[in-house]
Amino acid sequence: MMPPRVSRRGLIATGAAGLGGLLLSGCDRLSRAPSFQNFIGRGEGLTMGAQRLLLAGQPLAPEFKPADLSPVFRANGSTLPTSPLYQSLMADGFADYRLVVDGLVGQPLSLSLAQLKAMPTRTQITRHDCVEGWSAIGQWTGAPLARILALARPLASVRYVIFHCADNLGGGPGESGLYYESIDLFDAFHPQTILAWALNGQPLDVSHGAPLRLRVERQLGYKQAKYVMRIELANRMDGLGRGKGGFWEDRGYAWYAGI
Amino acid sequence: MATEATLATPLNVSPRSKGGREVVYRHSVVVRITHWINVLAISLLLMSGLNIFNAHPELYWGKFGANFDPSWLAVGSAHTAAGVPHGLLRLGKFTFDTTGFLGVSKGPHGALLSQGFPAWSTLPSWRDLATARRWHFFLAWIFVANGLVYLLMGLANGHLRRDLAPTRHELSPANIGRSILDHVRLKHPKGEAAKRYNVLQKLAYVIVALVLLPLMVLTGLAMSPGFDAIAPWVLDLFGGRQSARSVHFICANLIVLFVIVHVVEVFLAGVLNEVGSMITGKYALPRDRHA
Repeated sequence: MMPPRVSRRGLIATGAAGLGGLLLSGCDRLSRAPSFQNFIGRGEGLTMGAQRLLLAGQPLAPEFKPADLSPVFRANGSTLPTSPLYQSLMADGFADYRLVVDGLVGQPLSLSLAQLKAMPTRTQITRHDCVEGWSAIGQWTGAPLARILALARPLASVRYVIFHCADNLGGGPGESGLYYESIDLFDAFHPQTILAWALNGQPLDVSHGAPLRLRVERQLGYKQAKYVMRIELANRMDGLGRGKGGFWEDRGYAWYAGI
Repeated sequence: MATEATLATPLNVSPRSKGGREVVYRHSVVVRITHWINVLAISLLLMSGLNIFNAHPELYWGKFGANFDPSWLAVGSAHTAAGVPHGLLRLGKFTFDTTGFLGVSKGPHGALLSQGFPAWSTLPSWRDLATARRWHFFLAWIFVANGLVYLLMGLANGHLRRDLAPTRHELSPANIGRSILDHVRLKHPKGEAAKRYNVLQKLAYVIVALVLLPLMVLTGLAMSPGFDAIAPWVLDLFGGRQSARSVHFICANLIVLFVIVHVVEVFLAGVLNEVGSMITGKYALPRDRHA
């Protein structure tokens, strides 16, 4: 009675291990297949739909007290854009910087840093969550994006707000490699969505995105575009980069980064 | 959430027998299906989770935490003077050499790689945060839907109350002590006693199905900046996002520990009968020598 039982057990263990190995190499193969990536990517649409349903009342992202501030706010991604244009702006303390707002607008804008700072400001202590897993809490001061958009008078067909940045993370052949990001109007008109020019009470430094960066507080770090040079209002994103709405989105990350 | 369940009441005892042993209908079809979906979903959630962890293999307590802040757990690597890479795990003040597993391990082509968890344990096996996240959140939906079916059905048909909730008598120190002793001696219930779960088994299943697995979902949601705007109280429940991330990691480890013990017990109790019962529902009672 004993020997066959042991071998049967052994068979099952070997079978389970074999099945496990097959499953793993199978999962790797599935991970490489674009059609399967699209299939599991449907989970992202479900996540966005569910969160947007629950965010319908436009609640605020949690805000913190000064005592909660990170002692050092980690700077990540680009920390010093190298383009001659940015370098010359930086050399002047951004005196010649202009934020361009164009695209599907009734009134294209070109705003200096002084003009942006003269607008109504909002200051908020919020948490920055990198997609990698770390978090930092900082105090941001800037102009509400809703105010800037109102000045530009968006056309009725506008669906997306696209941020063109000065930093270059490198692109493939025929690509600019310039950072860009996009959000939809649901987040663009949220009261905490601001174009920040100060961090922790100091003018925004270069490593954190000087002179102007986006804060869209209910999404992850890669949405918080730094070195914003131009805001384009559009009704589609497929003509930009590889068509996914952002530098990291073009490299596989989800466009909706609320999770 | 499915663990073994739906022990038959005597009414369900099949008159048929297997090798002279009484056969009972042990697991309902809901329990069997949700159990195996869970096996697949949790395995892949764990592996994609390890790939995500590898993007920043450091854990903190509190509302924030990044490279300059003190962490309670960190996986990393260092080189000896001779240039040999070493994998290191730091827990608080203590550092352990974990070369081969954590910090430095062999990649798919046999070369040593500096990475948190080794390639064989992650999904995908190469470092790919975007793909790992896509897997993780896709599987999370399946895991949550599956868990809801299990819990709602278990509440509706009385499975949770009848088969998993320990009775007051079972929770007596004497009974728990006896059960611990039985487990240490690898003695498994026979005959009539095998129709019900023992108290340690019940406690293990209740803790996993009603505490650890729901905590995985809750701590996972607490890490979502979108969800934090929807339900900031979840964040406060864990003491901040980085604490939630730490609890997520600790609970995942406890679930792995449970699975190891669970599988060892399945083998000790008779793998064919146990695994078979989770497939067909039918369980042959181990013979009671004293009967």
